[in-house]
Amino acid sequence: MATCLKRLRRFASIGRKGQEYSTTCDEPPKLQKSGKTVNLFTAINQALRIALETDPRAYVFGEDVSFGGVFRCTTGLVEQFGRNRVFNTPLCEQGIVGFGIGLAAMGNRAIAEIQFADYIYPAFDQLVNEAAKFRYRSGNQFNCGGLTIRSPYGAVGHGGHYHSQSPEAFFCHVPGLKVVIPRSPNQAKGLLLASIRDPNPVIFFEPKWLYRLAVEEVPEHDYMLPLSQAEVICHGNDITLVGWGAQLSIMEQACIDAEKDGISCELIDLKTLIPWDKETVEASVRKTGRLLVSHEAPVTGGFGAEISASIAERCFLRLEAPVARVCGLDTPFPLVFEPFFMPTKNKILDAIKATVNY
Amino acid sequence: MAVWLSRSGNVARHLNGKMGSLGILNRSLLSHPEPTHQRNSLPTSPIEQSYRNPAAFLGNSGTLFAVRHFESIQAETHHDSRYDEHENQLLDFPGGKVKFTSDMIFISESPDKRIKCYRVLDDNGRQIPGSSFQPLSKELSLRIYNDMVTLQTMDTIFYEAQRQGRISFYLTSNGEEAINIASAAALAIDDIVLPQYREPGVLLWRGFTLKEFADQCFGNKGDCGKGRQMPIHYGSRKHNYFTVSSPIATQLPQAVGAAYSLKMDKKDACVVTYFGDGATSEGDFHAALNFAAVMEAPVIFICRNNGWAISTSTSEQFRSDGVVVRGQAYGVRSIRVDGNDVIAVYSAVQRAREMAISEHRPILIEALTYRVGHHSTSDDSTKYRAVDEIEHWRSARDPVTRFGKWIELNGWWSNENESELRRNMRKKILHAIQVAEKVEKPLLADLFTDVYDHPPSNLLEQERLLRETIKRHPQDYPPDVPV
Repeated sequence: MATCLKRLRRFASIGRKGQEYSTTCDEPPKLQKSGKTVNLFTAINQALRIALETDPRAYVFGEDVSFGGVFRCTTGLVEQFGRNRVFNTPLCEQGIVGFGIGLAAMGNRAIAEIQFADYIYPAFDQLVNEAAKFRYRSGNQFNCGGLTIRSPYGAVGHGGHYHSQSPEAFFCHVPGLKVVIPRSPNQAKGLLLASIRDPNPVIFFEPKWLYRLAVEEVPEHDYMLPLSQAEVICHGNDITLVGWGAQLSIMEQACIDAEKDGISCELIDLKTLIPWDKETVEASVRKTGRLLVSHEAPVTGGFGAEISASIAERCFLRLEAPVARVCGLDTPFPLVFEPFFMPTKNKILDAIKATVNY
Repeated sequence: MAVWLSRSGNVARHLNGKMGSLGILNRSLLSHPEPTHQRNSLPTSPIEQSYRNPAAFLGNSGTLFAVRHFESIQAETHHDSRYDEHENQLLDFPGGKVKFTSDMIFISESPDKRIKCYRVLDDNGRQIPGSSFQPLSKELSLRIYNDMVTLQTMDTIFYEAQRQGRISFYLTSNGEEAINIASAAALAIDDIVLPQYREPGVLLWRGFTLKEFADQCFGNKGDCGKGRQMPIHYGSRKHNYFTVSSPIATQLPQAVGAAYSLKMDKKDACVVTYFGDGATSEGDFHAALNFAAVMEAPVIFICRNNGWAISTSTSEQFRSDGVVVRGQAYGVRSIRVDGNDVIAVYSAVQRAREMAISEHRPILIEALTYRVGHHSTSDDSTKYRAVDEIEHWRSARDPVTRFGKWIELNGWWSNENESELRRNMRKKILHAIQVAEKVEKPLLADLFTDVYDHPPSNLLEQERLLRETIKRHPQDYPPDVPV
């Protein structure tokens, strides 16, 4: 229990709709090298800066990136690296991604921004038919591995249909792409640098809700975190919870509450959705015998379905209860009804109890 | 012709009825409190000469003409200075200063005349006197001709091979040999080519061998694409020819990104990307031209306007004057050329290349031509177009014959050369097919490689399971793929 709570300090400053939650842990967090406390967009800004510094053939582009971007992720970059390497594009997602593919195919690191994940669909053809298949179809003569698409995703409290979507499931169905989602500033910087340098096209979804609200110690140096490696961020014995991005902080709150009822939860951050780390999740479920997956995206056809099916295949005889999915409703993302749509802490807590008591 | 918006509902309805929704009215019909700003002389506006919408042209109406004439006398007498003052005033908006006008004039939907088409050789292969062009040496001309004949022969034989069931699919470039070879001849090997799929001649010019073409069509282990795609989806890194993909126009914005890279790396090279008339309707075309202009990318967009997108003729594809006029809409310098004229294509591409590289700008070339063959082996174009139309273009307008006449006129080519070339080429191609047919397919392992740079664990598992399945049910699997 103490171990679990110690790790939760990372999220000490996050709260939905401004509500703070405090842990009962009074141990100071372990500090990695020298790091300032920064928020998510600053951590991403640091990663982009390092990417541009370390590779002279790295480029950052997209709508409104020059002045700093609508979420400030690209602040100061054009001043440091110039208009030829950091630039605005016309308002055209299929153009942004197509251009990025061409740039990457010539051996450059093309870091493209799609302003909101809700607007990624015009680029779907370029991503699925071109980027994902570029290496395979050419017999490995060509590749666009240097392509990274960054895009803010997820609920923000008032975003409605077109500023709140979580489209990760569409891309998880495409062999050849990687999908990476960080849970915090520290994670985001390491995962983004790893994504940029990974020799495969990566879509990096950033939880927009955490841009300002998540603050954490982030080392100032250049570091990477491994892709396709899930992390057990909280150890437990009774049930495994799997999530990604902003949802993890909600799941953690549920874990803390469950703890009070004597339920020991193991919380896993998947981080990379494809190719995903089945081994870590399977090992955990073999220990606990129970699985709960939670994501904001609508439940039907969401990535939770893939995790559920895969674990059921691998761990059927070990499972003590059906795999639970606590996800968004099968509706467009509503405005006034957002609190009803979302997979809240209490929905998760109820599902934890139901699964444990199955 | 001056136009003015009606203030009178009745008049507007009446006139609208006469003229349709364009609502281009002559203001002098209507009572208007303000003094006239009418022009003294009738400007030669495209509207007046518009042949598309007679309703827009009021000059035909006798009544209106009389009224206008009266008004114009009034204008002459006392409003010159004020008219000039307004005329010269500039309006300042984002995007720059513009002169304003009080005449409401709609730019016509089409220019007075279609954009002219640049050609150097006439239909009989004679150089048109006074034409400006890039001269071709004998050596270059013969090489171009040789490759055009090779392409033509290769197309015939590979098409037959598909008909015989030896390869699964093929598509020809019949009628477009000049675009293929002459454009390739004007480029350097360092120029990056992003094709659509009807440009194997460019690859041929660059040195892709008959064996390599055949290997890809048979998908055997000699295929550098490792047997993953349908026939004709060639790609060759060493020839700077990006792998063909079936989706239309997707290569266009990619070409811009590649060109931007060349510019940033300060290479003495450009990108050349090919596409058909149908592709210009795709969003990627619009995205690409716009990006190319804004990014100042050294990319040449070559449109093979061959009149057909499978069964859809250009009249069902767009209503603009072809493709060339779209360039200016994006700020792209453009030219229309006779795509069946080797020298015109060669000259235009060479000049375009110079401009693209030295000025860091995109160029649009619309090469007019005709798709003599069917869209592909899955198509029978006699179902949607006249057989004599096809025959006319196949014989009277054949670009190979036309250029053949030119080299013959120069004394560089004879009938003996011709029959020898065709005979030898046919033999070589048949041989290449016979050999490629017998080569085994790529290893099963190549099904799983290159999805990513390294296969992830799910693919390793799937390969393992598949191999077990193959052992249990070998009869379900083709025997020519080595496991």
